[in-house]
Amino acid sequence: MPERNILSAKRDALELRSRVIERIRSHFRRAGFLEVQTPLLTPAPAPELNIEAVPAGDGFFLATSPELYMKRLLAAGYGKLFQLTPVFRSGERGRLHHPEFTLLEWYRTGASYKDMQRDCVELLHEVCAFGAATGGGTCRGSVIEPGKPWESLTVRDAFLRLAGWDPVVDFDPDRFDVDLVTKVEPYLGFPNPCFLEDYPPERAALARLKDSAPPVAERFELYWAGIELANGFTELTDPAEQRKRFEAVLADRHEAGLSSRPMPEAFLAAIEHLPQCAGIALGLDRLVMLLAGADSVDRVVAFPPDLL
Amino acid sequence: MGVTLTAGDLRKGLKLEMDGEPYIIVDFEFSKPGKGQALYRCRLKNMITGSQFDRTYRSGDKFQSADLEEQDMQFLYKQGDSYHFMNTTSYEQIEMSAAQVGDATNYLIENLVVSMLMFQGRPIGISLPNFVELKVIRSDPGIKGDTAAGATKPATMETGFIIQVPLFIEEGETLKIDTRNGSYVERVKV
Repeated sequence: MPERNILSAKRDALELRSRVIERIRSHFRRAGFLEVQTPLLTPAPAPELNIEAVPAGDGFFLATSPELYMKRLLAAGYGKLFQLTPVFRSGERGRLHHPEFTLLEWYRTGASYKDMQRDCVELLHEVCAFGAATGGGTCRGSVIEPGKPWESLTVRDAFLRLAGWDPVVDFDPDRFDVDLVTKVEPYLGFPNPCFLEDYPPERAALARLKDSAPPVAERFELYWAGIELANGFTELTDPAEQRKRFEAVLADRHEAGLSSRPMPEAFLAAIEHLPQCAGIALGLDRLVMLLAGADSVDRVVAFPPDLL
Repeated sequence: MGVTLTAGDLRKGLKLEMDGEPYIIVDFEFSKPGKGQALYRCRLKNMITGSQFDRTYRSGDKFQSADLEEQDMQFLYKQGDSYHFMNTTSYEQIEMSAAQVGDATNYLIENLVVSMLMFQGRPIGISLPNFVELKVIRSDPGIKGDTAAGATKPATMETGFIIQVPLFIEEGETLKIDTRNGSYVERVKV
């Protein structure tokens, strides 16, 4: 099919996308959030074992997430922030993955991951109510049921029930990833979205650990129709613990033969002043995809990688 | 020996060699759980036996591409259960069993040129041209007065293959057949 036909056939999806973005902006502005823009070019992306940044020359990388910059603003006294931004991750290409995609990220000071779950319920109800009015608002045929509570499931319970083992007590990274994708995720979030929460400390990322035995991270992922939509947590605010985790990741990267990364020192200096806060990143392309009833993010992005 | 590939090279349609057998990826999905590692979920089909299975690979996994080549081969004759072909450039002769030829036995007539897929010098399958011409060796006359649109009757072709044809087709005629679905296309004037 000629490109012009492919593009013109996307009119409805792009129309929906534009309106979802408009609805998200007005929702956060009404709730008193400040919209910010943080740099797309960064000298030091957050150290991650499983996320590869795209090198941009001159010692810079394309941002893999706005997380560190948004927390530097929180440390300077901003209380409620949101951002809609493109981010870039090397080597990610699939039905639900593009190397360039759009994140909606928001933060609140004085909040925990449970507050962020409530934020998700409010936001999605509003976006979906609008979707229903325009003939969309369904997710593979299942509309969010208003007034019905969304399920919260701990990682431990979900794995015991669906994969037959406890990753919190005895973590196995390979088995965890494979079982999560093949045995757990496909059953989460029908018909209403659900929260998968309390991750093993090995998958805490930048989340605070709960004072529980065994310890778990105050982190959750939002699933809808078997699709991971958002990742939120109570932020770690302990600079020593954060440095220790980054050092461990950088050592793991070295051991795995991955390229070296500078330590994000400006961020580590800032979190000395970071108050208790929580934040979340939601995949905008996937949300629009679900609202459009599409089966791939390719359908809701004007130029997916194959059209570049 | 094939080229060494990494998990990042995997995609639908790619052909791999594992344990000395050729496989084709018939279904493929990239997944990456939050903060987890990239996973490459494949449905693999054994290109010789046709058996399929699912397997999940990770970034560090390595693969060998399957060393496959295609050759134009002319069908010579059938003897018992074996089908004899000749390479159209080297004139080398190769025989395949009826099981290896599969459904293509329905269309093999003398001198038909097919494309033969070879794995490590062994034939593992043939692909036919989309259309072949076959002669009707038996078909009952159409019933006069039956003018229902699309009415058909069975006809036996020279290969023994039986297809549905329009009522006006007679024995001895040559027909153009679509090998992808085994359907009648049109009458051919010889």
